[in-house]
Order: sequence, then structure tokens, then C-alpha cells
Amino acid sequence: MSAHSTAIGVSSKRGVWGGGNEPLKASYGKLMMWFFLLSDIFTFAAFLISYIAIRVSYPAYEGPATDFVGSNEYWPVPELVFDALPFLHGVHAPLIFVGIMTFILIASSVTMVLAVEAGHRNDRNDVVKWMLWTLLGGITFLSCQAWEWNHFIHGTDGGTVLTYVNSLSQIVTETVYGANLVVNEYGPASFAQLFFFITGFHGFHVTIGVFLLFLCFYQAAVGVYDRRGHYEMVEKIGLYWHFVDLVWVFVFTLFYLI
Amino acid sequence: MEIQENKSTLVVEKRDEQKIKKIWKTAFILLAITVVEFIMAFTMDRGIILYFLFIALTIWKAKYIMMEFMHLGDEVKPLFYSIIVPLIFLLWLVIALVKEGSDIFLMRW
Repeated sequence: MSAHSTAIGVSSKRGVWGGGNEPLKASYGKLMMWFFLLSDIFTFAAFLISYIAIRVSYPAYEGPATDFVGSNEYWPVPELVFDALPFLHGVHAPLIFVGIMTFILIASSVTMVLAVEAGHRNDRNDVVKWMLWTLLGGITFLSCQAWEWNHFIHGTDGGTVLTYVNSLSQIVTETVYGANLVVNEYGPASFAQLFFFITGFHGFHVTIGVFLLFLCFYQAAVGVYDRRGHYEMVEKIGLYWHFVDLVWVFVFTLFYLI
Repeated sequence: MEIQENKSTLVVEKRDEQKIKKIWKTAFILLAITVVEFIMAFTMDRGIILYFLFIALTIWKAKYIMMEFMHLGDEVKPLFYSIIVPLIFLLWLVIALVKEGSDIFLMRW
């Protein structure tokens, strides 16, 4: 693999200390991207495993799904919280929207790997084409997430009557609409807190990814990589983008399915 | 005024249809697993068996993304293991925090 992507052809006669050697047969940039991603895996894992820990410390909702009401006494059922679709107000469509988002992100990962494959063949037209699709997928995903957050924050029409400690340390009983970091109509306060932090941190990664994708798309289009002699940058940004997809797979399972 | 030349000496290789086919196949598998997860979410009862299946399927998907899309399987073995082996630490974190969480549950409720 690295034989395709190496910038400098290394002469076998040069020896170990002659310079130009690649440890682990991967270029510097690719190696550092892998180690960055490893550290990022730990960060996300810490977030997601904390989610599991807090989740198991609350009782699960028991009873038929049709009778579900939000409460800070038990953890909500995800398919009854995330059941809204844009333009279809009041329609109960459990997990449909987040399913579409997952599909978009996986699809953009596929177009990314096709761009990397085109990069290996030095095919500028194909790289530009697939980078553009990937970029489009990334922007669409971010827009979906913005809508999802907006809906989550504003909440349902009915809201939920909750007794909770507000930000002034007073115990109040009132109808709560939507979610913030103090209280939310769906479940315990930590439910919304974890949702904001984990999907927010993931969305932040996607945002950076979109910037990098645009950079890569632009540079490929104007021929920077042709002049440079290799398309390794596509591969490195591809690694990052796949990682974002990888994290989403876990976020999807832990937040929306379990 | 002269236009900057963008011609390169790079030789554009032909598409390797076999490789591209494999990418689409992987994409199809990922999609199929996600659809299966979806169906399971609505047809099976919530409980430890379902959660276990979800996590197993997720790790299976993660394997495909890392091995096929990120080409980790094509890297040399030392690089492969220096990425995979540190993840063992996470196993302990899962065990420790799930224990912690269930103890908090017992104390609180």
C-alpha cells in the first residue's frame, strides 16, 4: 500500500542512517495521523463509556412504549425521544431521521474511499469528483445534525411536568419543554448533557473534517497534488474522515439503539 | 498573459474494477448490518441480549471500516498492532465503569 503513496522513492542502497527511511513502512504524515486517531479513539471512548456508566446507574423505562412519558426518574427509550422528521410535524417516525443521517455518513465514507483509490491512480478527475460527493455528504450530515439539535432543544408540543432543582437551587415543579444542560423533558439531566457533549464533540470533528475535505478538494482541483507528484493528502484526510464515520457508528448504537 | 500550466508528469493509471467492486461490496455490508440493527430495534424486546447483539454488530461494522476503508489490514504488522493493542485498555475501562454504574444504581434506587 505504502509503495503507492510514498513521496520519495527510497533507494535500497542508502542504508538505515542515510535518511528517507520510513518506520513501519508508512510515511510520516500517515503515521502521525494514525497515532492522532488512536488518541482520539481514547477521548471518544472515555465519553461513550461514561455514557454507559451513567446510563446503567439509572433505572430503565418499564412498560409499554405507547404509555411513555418523560421523567427524570428513569432513562428514556431513545426511539420515543428521537422520532421527529423535518417538515412532518407531529408524525411519529422513530429513528427514521437518524437512520438517514447514518446512511449519509456511511455513503460519504464510501465516496471518500473511492477518492483515495483514485488518488492511488493519480487520476485527478476522479479524485475531484469523489471529493465533491464526500464534501456534499459531510455538509448534509452537519445540516441534519443542526436540525436534530434544534428539535431536541425546543422539544415537543406537550412538554413534560417535572419536579427538579433549577439553576437557582430551588425545587420547582413545572412543565418543561425541550432540553438544556439543567433540565430536559425526556429524562434525567445527564441524558441531555451527554447528548450535547458527545454528539457535539462528534459534530465538531465533522466540521473540521468538512474544512479539510474542502481544502483537499480545492487543492486536487487546481492541481497542487499533481505538481507535488503524489496524492497522499487525500489518503490522510480520508483516514480522518473514516474515523469520524467510525465514531458515529458507535454513537448511533449507544445513543439511538440501546 | 500566460496561463499557468497544470500539466503533470504523473501517469494516470487505469481503474482497477476489482478494487472498486470490493469497496462497494464493503459499503453494502455496512448498510445491510445497519438495516438489520434497525429491524432488531423494533422487533426484539429490550434487554441484555439485544444490547449485546447491538454492540457485537457495531464492533463488526467498526472492523469493516478500519480494515477495508482505512486500509489498516494492508499496513505492516507492527503498525497494525500498535493501533489495535492499546485498545485493550478500553476493555478494562468498560468493565470498571459498568461495575461502578451498577453500584451507583444499587445505592441510589
